Amino acid sequence: MPVPDGIVAATPAEVKEACQKLAGPVMVKAQVLVAGRGKAGGIKPASTPEEAERVGNEILSMTVKGEKVSKVLVEKKLASKLERYVSIVVDRGSKCYTILCSTQGGMDIEQVASQNPEKIFRYQINPLLGLQEYESRTVAKALGYSGKQLTQVAAIVSKLYQIAMNYDAELIESNPLIETQDGDIVAADLRILIDDNSLFRQRKFLERASTYEPDMTQLEIQAREKDLAYVELSGDIGIIGNGAGLVMATLDMILDHKGKPANFCDVGGGANEERIAAALQIVMGNPKVKVLLINIMGGITRCDDVARAILDIQKKMGIKIPMVIRLVGTNEKEGQKILADANIPSLNSMEAAAAKAVELLQKVQ
Amino acid sequence: MAILVGRKTKALVWGITGSQGSFHTQLMLEYGTKIVGGITPGRGGQQVQGLPVFDTAREALERSKADAAIIFVPAAHAKDAALEAIAAILNPVIVITEGIPVKDEIQIMAVAKEKGTTIIGPNTPGIITPGQCKLGIMPAHIFKPGKVGLVSRSGTLTYEIAASLTNAGLGQTTCLGVGGDPVVGLSFVDVLKMFKKDAATKAIAMIGEIGGNAEENAAEFIRQTRYPKTIVAYIAGRAAPPGKRMGHAGAIITGKAGTAETKIESLRGAGVKVAMKPGEIARLIKRS
Repeated sequence: MPVPDGIVAATPAEVKEACQKLAGPVMVKAQVLVAGRGKAGGIKPASTPEEAERVGNEILSMTVKGEKVSKVLVEKKLASKLERYVSIVVDRGSKCYTILCSTQGGMDIEQVASQNPEKIFRYQINPLLGLQEYESRTVAKALGYSGKQLTQVAAIVSKLYQIAMNYDAELIESNPLIETQDGDIVAADLRILIDDNSLFRQRKFLERASTYEPDMTQLEIQAREKDLAYVELSGDIGIIGNGAGLVMATLDMILDHKGKPANFCDVGGGANEERIAAALQIVMGNPKVKVLLINIMGGITRCDDVARAILDIQKKMGIKIPMVIRLVGTNEKEGQKILADANIPSLNSMEAAAAKAVELLQKVQ
Repeated sequence: MAILVGRKTKALVWGITGSQGSFHTQLMLEYGTKIVGGITPGRGGQQVQGLPVFDTAREALERSKADAAIIFVPAAHAKDAALEAIAAILNPVIVITEGIPVKDEIQIMAVAKEKGTTIIGPNTPGIITPGQCKLGIMPAHIFKPGKVGLVSRSGTLTYEIAASLTNAGLGQTTCLGVGGDPVVGLSFVDVLKMFKKDAATKAIAMIGEIGGNAEENAAEFIRQTRYPKTIVAYIAGRAAPPGKRMGHAGAIITGKAGTAETKIESLRGAGVKVAMKPGEIARLIKRS
């Protein structure tokens, strides 16, 4: 890919040195795994090595959207005549990859899409054939190019597609793709999102995927390491359930009863002891949690096993806050009896359980 | 009557020798589903649950007749299994596996479209025509034969709602999960078309969630076709914050798109009754 000359630097002194080597004005760019770093102040120009050192120091001591900046890219500043946008995304509805491009580069593309939808050109890629060269040229033409530039832009589009396929990208985006004063086409910014589900065959990204997590709380990172779907929210009722839809519905129901969920936590369709224990540890790690609601639609899972597991974990972890458990499925009567004997309210309906959780919260407060 | 699977359906199980595949084959057989064998490369000649295991679909079909496939193999091999099932002209192909890379899902769907194969899933609990055929991992006892068709993007929430329909005396024609992934074989519109043609289905429960625009498209379809049967919908995820993935890979609100509110609004605009809690669906169906 044609990209500006650049050097990665980790200290202000290295930034200064990089600027000297590049011999001219530079852009200093925070290397963080978040979108929108420019708006957050993570990209700044510098015209001299001294200025680069100062700017580098500034950016290297920043936190961009929750991620600490540990490296910057010092890039030769290119005078751009025109800025374009090109991306390849997964198109859920059409079940294919789609190229999106626009002559309005350098801007928030979602804004362009909502304000000037006619400025965005879409091109669906046949999954069985892959992107053909004539299709890349069609995209280049739609961006307004002809002659030598048409070939240059088409080659970039083809390369973006190749990279997306080779690395299992959900999204690959160049914003902006610039045209320099000399008429050369350069990808001044490139961003790629790797499909989490592909990490078994994209192993080189595995380590970075688990360590760098922008905008994630400590507990969310821990949950991810344990392969639990956990999202922290601002309320005080801790929620654990099995199955994403069921947990979402539980959250909604808490809201309808004027309660506030502290989290979303899905232990997965089956509900085994180990995963419930891991989930309890994460959910209880949030000090805001005052009441715990566990909603298990056991299905094939045996409820008496789940009930015993919950009591066991409660004892081991010394959980003191009130718990409400909704447990249905195979052997539900036995399961509910085990919980009742331990003075934990267990209910048949999730609605009653949600109401009970909110009621218990009011008592605690 | 029902849709996609019934009394006559005969299935092959991919991954029958795995713990999930073997366990659920047993439960499906107990339910009365006709399963003729399984496929596990390298394990041909063995038996699981009294059924023959074959190395390839070609070999299996030389020995016995089958018309449907259910896939339990791990994500890394799921595309290969699905393509083998499609090539063997099995239809529908039910993909239970979760965590399949989206690139593979896109390829599976493209090949299926070319061959006219219906894919249920991936990341689905499967499909059940109560009293006739269960090709999936759902608990059988919560379903009962009847007149309601059920289509959902979720797993356990589907069980929740099926159980509440059954408890309210509303049995089902066919219940299926389209799958929780961003790219799946069936849209709500596809399934609504099937239920429309099925004379036994008198009403439909449609269970959606945040993310994507499958519900909005369904609303548009219902409005345009003046859909002739009662539809009651429920949308999970009103409490979900934007930009966070709620368990399912497909359950994410991006920008202003995919929120529960826009989905509920567009469905109501199309004349669909929207329940605000899962238990309300049965009540709304009964009332209509």
